[in-house]
Amino acid sequence: MTDVVLDHITKTYEKGSVVAVDDVSFSVEKGELFGLIGPDGAGKSSIFRMLTTLLKPDSGFATVNGSDTVKDYRDIRKKVGYMPGRFSLYQDLTVEENLTFFATVFNTTIHENYDLIKDIYVQLEPFKDRRAGKLSGGMKQKLALCCALIHRPTVLFLDEPTTGVDAVSRKEFWEMLKRLKTHGITILVSTPYMDEATLCERIALIQGGKILSIDTPEEIIRRFPKPLYSVRCNEMSRLLKELRSFAEIESCNGFGDYHHITFHNEAEIEKLKDRLIKAGYSEVEIRIEEPTVEDCFIRLMKSLDNGE
Amino acid sequence: MKQFIAFFTKEFLHVFRDRKTLLLLFGLPVVQIVLFGFALSNEIKNSKIVIFDYAKDATSRKIIEKLEVSKSFEIEKNITRVEDIDKSFRAENIKLAIVFPANFGEDLVHLKNASVQIIADASDPNTANTLTSYATNVIMSYQKEMMQTRNIPYSINTEMRMLYNPELKGTTNFVPGVMALVMLLICVLMTSVSIVREKENGTMEVLLVSPFNPFLVVISKAIPYLILSLFNLIVILVLSVYLLDMPINGNIFLLFAESALLILAALSLGLLISTLTNSQQEAMLFSLMGMLLPTMMLTGFMFPLENMPVPLQVISNIVPSKWYYIIVKSIMIKGLGFSAIWKETLILAGMTALLLTISIRKFNIRLE
Repeated sequence: MTDVVLDHITKTYEKGSVVAVDDVSFSVEKGELFGLIGPDGAGKSSIFRMLTTLLKPDSGFATVNGSDTVKDYRDIRKKVGYMPGRFSLYQDLTVEENLTFFATVFNTTIHENYDLIKDIYVQLEPFKDRRAGKLSGGMKQKLALCCALIHRPTVLFLDEPTTGVDAVSRKEFWEMLKRLKTHGITILVSTPYMDEATLCERIALIQGGKILSIDTPEEIIRRFPKPLYSVRCNEMSRLLKELRSFAEIESCNGFGDYHHITFHNEAEIEKLKDRLIKAGYSEVEIRIEEPTVEDCFIRLMKSLDNGE
Repeated sequence: MKQFIAFFTKEFLHVFRDRKTLLLLFGLPVVQIVLFGFALSNEIKNSKIVIFDYAKDATSRKIIEKLEVSKSFEIEKNITRVEDIDKSFRAENIKLAIVFPANFGEDLVHLKNASVQIIADASDPNTANTLTSYATNVIMSYQKEMMQTRNIPYSINTEMRMLYNPELKGTTNFVPGVMALVMLLICVLMTSVSIVREKENGTMEVLLVSPFNPFLVVISKAIPYLILSLFNLIVILVLSVYLLDMPINGNIFLLFAESALLILAALSLGLLISTLTNSQQEAMLFSLMGMLLPTMMLTGFMFPLENMPVPLQVISNIVPSKWYYIIVKSIMIKGLGFSAIWKETLILAGMTALLLTISIRKFNIRLE
């Protein structure tokens, strides 16, 4: 069963001059953990806001739980949970007051759905009398998630839940999402962090309002067309410029300690090391590399830019 | 219903945890009443005057005695030379000089006509005017007494009567004005700011994606302020009755009902402002510019509307507080009933209905 469907959705701002979402179609199955992966300004929040009935699409239609996002917006608002990108709870209310308030607004009580939020709430419990505004970033996210879950939604929309959260809390957050999946909740999550893509069951790579690719992360990586190599030496920034000027190199991108490169012609790999050493680099290291979602994203983005 | 209660509780928590807002909410009425009642009062007390008594007879002394007991005057000294009049005006803080000519009493008894000269420091014309009329009042009242006791058959009697406010008390004008001002300010400002704050903080986004009817979100935000304003009304009335000796001559329930109507009008206006603005600053600016100035200027409690150019008089008709001001004056001071103010009530109710309709139509159930 499909829980969320987008059919040729387009959304523009400023009277059509800014295209935020450009003819996007995809669907999410019931109980799936679906990730919308893309940089800031890619149109992730606009898609989330259209699905949560906060914005109307310019054209196309979308359904959530079988209800139309424009016509049946009331039905959708009863059933979904939404956590906006920015921390959107009452900073001057305590943890417990926030949760109680949202529970009441959604016609339920904390007690009724406690089993769903228990794992998360136990971590918040020591701070339940603290004002939400005084919590740390990770704690705020946990509270916001609790508030979005308190009415046992069928579909959960999490807009960049891990932005501005430390690495440990991010990891914890994803573990919580996996646990939530066992309750049969469909989860749509957006993130600008490519490394989080592999934690989703299926992902849509999005850039400039357009979907680049939709599949499981493994399949997207498998479809990377060429062997990928990583290069390292003592002068990384000079190397990046120089590699990009080499005719035989198809692409070269900086990835932390390594530069990831692909070749037009695979045979060139043998000559590269000698050439670099001759050019005055030392500690040159070249090895074959497993592509990441980020490599795929950059490749897809470039092919889109080149009009392919 | 449970949802409503949750909303009230939340809204009250917001108010009580925000010390500055709390100060604004409950400090403003008190400060304004005290300020307008005492500091900015246009009645004049304890003005220093000098007496120049050529007559030194029983009549003049009696009048001086009367001036002495009046709260308005404080006799600085008696002078005996003409030059001293000018000198005391220049050297001291003298507002008024009263000169009794020689044979003042004789003239009054025999010629049935005597004059007193009142010299005022007119560098401040308003004060001079008021003081002169205070002094005239005192003299007139003495004249009247005399006529009654001596039974003089004919007399030219200038009768001055100040209707509803015989002592020319300033507070009678201020209290209804301040009531209108405080309630409008608090309701319009608080409602618009508190709704816009939800927009600004993103909480509106979360509230909209909930089964709660979006319009009820807004209504339930307005009701706590209705309650707070009624509480403020009580504070204002208690202060004005016990601190400013201001009577409530009419029906107090009618006064509350009419005040509730004004509060509703203000809340709908606040609602309208909140649908038109996107930041707290904008909302605050709109509320202050849209409410404070017209309320101060065009309600009639600071500047009489009758003296204004016609265009301003016409504009004043759309200021809700103008009608409320008329209503409150009628109930509190004149002690009139509903039959005297039904027209104004109708206008105010019409305004409320109109504002509420526009803001409901303008209210956005989405983010765009």
